[in-house]
Amino acid sequence: MNAQTQFRTCPKTGLKVDLAAEKLIKANAVVAIVFLAIGGLFGLLVALTRWPAVHLLSDELFYLALTAHGADVLLFWILFFEMALLYFCSAVLLNSRLAMPKLGWVGFWLMIVGAVIANIAVLQGNSSVMFTSYVPMQAAPHFYLGLILFAVGALIGCILFFATLVIAKEEKTYEGSVPLVTFAAVTAAIIAVFTIVSGAIILVPTWLWSLGIIQHIDPLIYKLIWWGMGHSSQQINVSAQVAVWYAIAAMVLGAKPLSEKVSRLAFLMYILFLQLACAHHLLVEPGLSSEWKIFNTSYAMYLAVLGSMIHGMTVPGAIEAAQRRKGYTNGIFEWLRKAPWDNPAFAGMFISLVLFGFLGGISGVMMGTEQLNIITHNTLYVPGHFHGTVVAGTTLAFMAITYPVLELIFQKELMFPKMARWQPYVFGLGVAGISLFMMGAGTLGVARRHWDITFADATLSFEYPPMALAMLGLNGLAAIMAAAGGVMFIVVAVGTVFFGKSLKETSEVQATPEGVAAVSSYGSETELQLPGTVVLISVFFIAFVLYYFINWKYLATVWPMS
Amino acid sequence: MAIHSPTNPLWWNERIGKQELIWILVAFVWGLIMFFAMIYWHIAGEQNLSNESYRIDPEVYAERVENFTTTYQVREEGDTGIPVVHPPAGSDIYMIARLWEWYPILELEKDKTYRLHLSSQDWQHGFSLQPSNINIQVHPGYELVMTITPDKAGQYSVICNEFCGIGHHNMLGRIYVTD
Repeated sequence: MNAQTQFRTCPKTGLKVDLAAEKLIKANAVVAIVFLAIGGLFGLLVALTRWPAVHLLSDELFYLALTAHGADVLLFWILFFEMALLYFCSAVLLNSRLAMPKLGWVGFWLMIVGAVIANIAVLQGNSSVMFTSYVPMQAAPHFYLGLILFAVGALIGCILFFATLVIAKEEKTYEGSVPLVTFAAVTAAIIAVFTIVSGAIILVPTWLWSLGIIQHIDPLIYKLIWWGMGHSSQQINVSAQVAVWYAIAAMVLGAKPLSEKVSRLAFLMYILFLQLACAHHLLVEPGLSSEWKIFNTSYAMYLAVLGSMIHGMTVPGAIEAAQRRKGYTNGIFEWLRKAPWDNPAFAGMFISLVLFGFLGGISGVMMGTEQLNIITHNTLYVPGHFHGTVVAGTTLAFMAITYPVLELIFQKELMFPKMARWQPYVFGLGVAGISLFMMGAGTLGVARRHWDITFADATLSFEYPPMALAMLGLNGLAAIMAAAGGVMFIVVAVGTVFFGKSLKETSEVQATPEGVAAVSSYGSETELQLPGTVVLISVFFIAFVLYYFINWKYLATVWPMS
Repeated sequence: MAIHSPTNPLWWNERIGKQELIWILVAFVWGLIMFFAMIYWHIAGEQNLSNESYRIDPEVYAERVENFTTTYQVREEGDTGIPVVHPPAGSDIYMIARLWEWYPILELEKDKTYRLHLSSQDWQHGFSLQPSNINIQVHPGYELVMTITPDKAGQYSVICNEFCGIGHHNMLGRIYVTD
């Protein structure tokens, strides 16, 4: 073992924590939250501009804010947080030292420099090309350069993660297989490498093109490869967020996966079947065959969707099993009613699970259907969908795990616990509104990335149905609510990090969560009935099937075409 | 627990619970149904996107659109100066997307079938036909040819729903469908 490595033993979990890993986790998490604050503010400005009665920003500022919003939250907030998660799932969960912590800082600073450069490029006003930066529209060269540097930094984080796994294996810091959560992180990191390579293949030539060194970039090829990064990175988020669900269920309730085999296989499906998910973004493009579109948009017959549907059952199933073992066995739902709803980690995790499935999941499969994409492509339905996945799902899950991380890694007592208790509900309800109202407006045909849907300055005139305008008003209100939830999160997190009472002095060993011993031996070898989970997934499945077929009915009403 | 190594080192030998197995089977079958639904719609459905497309020089395409417009122009739209084109039923019809207009305005006959050509002269644009709600991506250098059959009379608008710069939100086109 490396002589220079210093550890502390976590009084709550008994895990050995490498202090170098801990510092990197702290730094990445704090920077992530800074970008969440910046990107969230831009998001609020966008929503207030979309609200026809408010119409806050000018057209130029709206497109600038929309570009910044996408980069700061979808890329910077989420990836900085995922770096913290990768270090946590490797070094901390495996009791191992972190490989090459100095290199970790190099990656960290590369990411910061890249993110700052990209932000400067956007704020200078000549790079309002949206998050996707579709060619031949061109941003300033340093916009692409910032993204490239950021990606290189993230790649370094992934390399350290894999190296740490090797060290942990060689130094035998754990017995048997890696924990499920670490396994999930492995899938996330493998997908991340695929993603970052795709990004490099397309962003480096685009950067050279913006410098005038390359003459032409084909817009269709650009989209194909760009989404190899853009969509696969969402699969990183899904893996990371499902890992967080399992982790919180384990930390708060001592829940154990129903079957290690099933849950691990479900994660494996993300790697095996997501590759050309970029097809989801190319369903109404010229130049690609229907055969290619159908095979790839379905992730090879929906096997990656199957992975998510499995987690959608096994996560609540693990929770129900843990609760029933503790004696909450009355009726179908006592285990759920008596769950720790006042614990923001659990509440955030469960709300994330439900919203991700019902809002993000169902809508994603629907609009990822080749022909159904005709009635949704580039409408507000698309951001409605991904606010259900990336905000209600990923962001809320990351917020939820921040609460235990503040105690375990930062070793601080949570400040403003009452505010923390309400935070997941305020944020969750706000985001659910954002997602639903944008999907509603999109169903009525409203275009995304559009400053003025009343077309007041256009030569010709057009009016969307009045209901669409009402939807965008409601979207504005929901965004205010979500922003309030975001502010509550940031106040609690920042307050705790900088002003929270240190828990280091009170290092008496606390008991593991109540009843952990009783449930941790539970696997599916002893069959347990989970009626509550069966009811929950039945409701989900019926909603899914109905909504899917309703949209085929809707498609059948538009002009015949072939 | 999920954050600890599996208690049973031979976890891959554990039996899978019945409820899990049933759910996996249901979800797998549902995936197959959704997969074959797309193929079924190509056979039995009436709304499928055409697979016919060509690479084309944007300038050449713009010329074709201009020829088409001068041949079949019937009037101008109000005082906007935008030509309105009434092509023969069943013919090839053209529309070009460019910063920031859809050109020209088309006048079509209800229940007649046309071959619609779509391409862009400059950046990417989004063809969004409202209120019917048909949305198609338009690329420079690629010409999409699709068969359409307007089945309801009325005034339709073509909105751009791919961000194309500062004039994006004013980029409106029009298609009339007459009885």
